[in-house]
Amino acid sequence: MLNKIFSTFDAAVQDIPDGATIMLGNFAGPGGTPYYLIHALKRQGTKNLTIIANTAGGIGLTVDYADHRVLFENKQVKKVIASFPFATSARNPSAAEKQIAAGEVALEIVPQGTLSERIRAGAAGIPAFYTPTGYDTVIAKGKEVKWFGGKPCLLENALYADYAFIRAYKADKMGNLVYRGTQRQFNPVMAMNARITIAEVDEIVEVGEIDPEVIVTPGLFVKRIVKVTEKPDFPRHLETSFRV
Amino acid sequence: MKERLSRETIAMRIAKEFFDGAVVNLGIGIPTLVSSFVPEGIDVIYHSENGVVGFGPVVTADEMTAKADVDFVNAGGQYLSPKAGMCFVNHADAFLMVRGGHVDFTVLGAIEISGKGDLANWMLPGRGVGNIGGGMDLAFNVKRVICATEHTTRDGKPKIVKQCSVALTAPKCVNLIVTDIAVIEVTPKGLRLKEYAPGWTVDEIQAITEPELIVSPELKEYSLF
Repeated sequence: MLNKIFSTFDAAVQDIPDGATIMLGNFAGPGGTPYYLIHALKRQGTKNLTIIANTAGGIGLTVDYADHRVLFENKQVKKVIASFPFATSARNPSAAEKQIAAGEVALEIVPQGTLSERIRAGAAGIPAFYTPTGYDTVIAKGKEVKWFGGKPCLLENALYADYAFIRAYKADKMGNLVYRGTQRQFNPVMAMNARITIAEVDEIVEVGEIDPEVIVTPGLFVKRIVKVTEKPDFPRHLETSFRV
Repeated sequence: MKERLSRETIAMRIAKEFFDGAVVNLGIGIPTLVSSFVPEGIDVIYHSENGVVGFGPVVTADEMTAKADVDFVNAGGQYLSPKAGMCFVNHADAFLMVRGGHVDFTVLGAIEISGKGDLANWMLPGRGVGNIGGGMDLAFNVKRVICATEHTTRDGKPKIVKQCSVALTAPKCVNLIVTDIAVIEVTPKGLRLKEYAPGWTVDEIQAITEPELIVSPELKEYSLF
């Protein structure tokens, strides 16, 4: 069986070249954010990255932690495609916000549902799709409009990535993944999109140990798996489930 | 200065709109408060953009140590309590529910609302930037869009205007506006004043509302029950 397990996060991101496009899971706190892969990429130092994520990091809405804002602080990013790119407080602008304002980083802002659908479309071999969201707003600029059933819709293009950084709960050695709670968010769609998907997980088990009925991301999408060994500062209760 | 209703009262009035079994998405701010006031016997299913449906209440400060878990949050990053029957979905499916018309109500905040029901709530004035987040998808696609807002800005300017001056979230999307002095329905003919806060007259409300209000024949005092 193909060995997908990498012993360190540094080894798992070592080959990422300058100019790569990277998708990473991120929504409302550290839960589904591939924290250790992000920090390994910072140490690796590759530049001119395009980051596709819900935020541009450091938005300050929830617990303050070193998410992918570190890639901006380290000047590794040239473009970000996001729906929530700015810090929530004007007093604490993020590194991304300052770099966007200074013209050092290009921003493509995308309505959130359109963002995940563009990622899914890229994964599904659908090059573009029409959606009602955004008609007659700044988002519509330069986009083809077509009417369906009396509703104006915008043509939106699929997104594609070279790498996806995924945060999941458990993997088996084939890369089949299950998630925990709201950790899912963008992770399953990004996992299906990228040429090389790297999963950061709490646990790696033998093939056959995960019930096939509950696998969310099929292993064929996952090329590399790395296990988290450190205990994070964030509140997590891995021993309990969310079942009532 | 006339008395205005509290944020909690606005939330209480909005909660009255929901029906049993409704799928509801609440934005951040006053909208979040609405969940505390849903009448007994009305069971609504809460939807959050990050991908959880049918969850329980937000974890309170007292419960934080025992229950806070970064793997169980709403779109605003607040920790949630589980509820029997809830389920997790991925983000694309959470917005399939929104775009596909499977969400009955969304309650959103507003920077400006026009007489036609255009909503502006994402571009931050004076900062030249903004976070679209999921607000645009919700405003365009949810069956009934309710705006919860103060009637005027902090310096007393109308928030309900003839034409929005900042970038739109969505054109012609708002169905109902609930403010600290009035309940206003957006109709094809214009804004219909349905309810007023105790002590307020139609003229006083009109004076701080830019578009002309159509007074409903059933105009009544703000009704919470």
